[in-house]
Amino acid sequence: MGSHEHEHDHEHEHSELDETELRVRALQTILTEKGYIDPAALDAIVDTYQTRIGPRNGARVVAKAWTDPGFRDWLLRDASAAIATLGYTGRQGEHMVAVENTEQVHNMVVCTLCSCYPWPVLGLPPVWYKSAPYRSRAVRDPRGVLADFGIALPPGREIRVWDSTAEVRYLVLPQRPPGTDGMNEDQLATLVTRDSMIGTGLPRTP
Amino acid sequence: MSAPYSTHADLGGQLGHGPVVPEDEGILFHEPWEPAALALVLAMGATGSWNIDMSRAARETLPAYARLSYYQIWLAALEKLMIDRGQLLADELAGGHMLHPPVPLQRVLQAADVPAVLARGSPTWRADPQPPRFGVGDRVRTRAHPVPHHTRLPGYARGKVGTVERVHGSHVFADTHAHGLGEQPQPLYTVVFEGSELWGADAAPGLRVSVDAWQPYLEAA
Repeated sequence: MGSHEHEHDHEHEHSELDETELRVRALQTILTEKGYIDPAALDAIVDTYQTRIGPRNGARVVAKAWTDPGFRDWLLRDASAAIATLGYTGRQGEHMVAVENTEQVHNMVVCTLCSCYPWPVLGLPPVWYKSAPYRSRAVRDPRGVLADFGIALPPGREIRVWDSTAEVRYLVLPQRPPGTDGMNEDQLATLVTRDSMIGTGLPRTP
Repeated sequence: MSAPYSTHADLGGQLGHGPVVPEDEGILFHEPWEPAALALVLAMGATGSWNIDMSRAARETLPAYARLSYYQIWLAALEKLMIDRGQLLADELAGGHMLHPPVPLQRVLQAADVPAVLARGSPTWRADPQPPRFGVGDRVRTRAHPVPHHTRLPGYARGKVGTVERVHGSHVFADTHAHGLGEQPQPLYTVVFEGSELWGADAAPGLRVSVDAWQPYLEAA
């Protein structure tokens, strides 16, 4: 979507984006004048996703699952309830399922039809998740997608792709990296990348 | 006469879209107007004027879908939804100011309510006296033909045989909800397919793909 293909399209696209900026300002003005929106609510929404809801939430879920076997089992059985105890609930995460990576299976989550994504634990989806290359290829050539992320899985590993076509939202529980035995939850959380919780990456190693 | 329903968003399995370009976790927006676009769509979405399935239908049917950026799609669909309800008129958009009286809304999202509203979300599970028709392990075949309305069965998974892996209870049915025909909750299942079933003999080895399918998409196989 919106890719730069030819130089002469670049200028056209630039003025289209300026037009979009004007359109957004017009909408904001009109909707405020009509009383449809509270402008302070707009700021609160943006602030929420810029500072309070993001992938560090999911990293805490994963780190807790790595250190607490009871929480891990609960997460795999009833992710919505387990995650709710950490306070990460709500819009686009009402019905959560956690799927664990193992030596046998690597999981990858996509929404081929739009951009469905578990916002309460991962925040706003990255632009690639919402774009045609990922949405088209993840369900057909996940190893090719992983190669785009610089990841090569062992040849025998199965790949399970979850297409989020309804309101169930998926969180990948990556494997705990080796060499992390002494680490506490906060330290472990720093190893958990956003991409590893979608399935297009692996956690960092210490 | 209205045009037949045509989605441009059914991309699963299409070839030729090029590589996936990774992005740093810290990047949220790419244009200065995108935060406002996000906020406007969420704030208007909270007024009860439409539901998320109507939003998705409005987005996926935009003729310019393929060439618009993500938030441009959101904005164009927002305009469409509002214009259809008389909440916004074309001359107002052109002029940048209100020209016509506002339409009464069910509710307006106030700043103080934002955290609670976002934390509550919009659960789609509904209590349903009717038991689900299928259980874990059942073999099912998905509907084979395309339909002239919003649906969440992707084309690559039409007419395919898979296995029920999870039963999620009944959920608001997107196909009816998107067209103002009510929630009509239906049992929802995770159905998993072998890669070869979807893509043929050339399928990537060791690949399995699942979709979340409502019962009307399925028949016993």
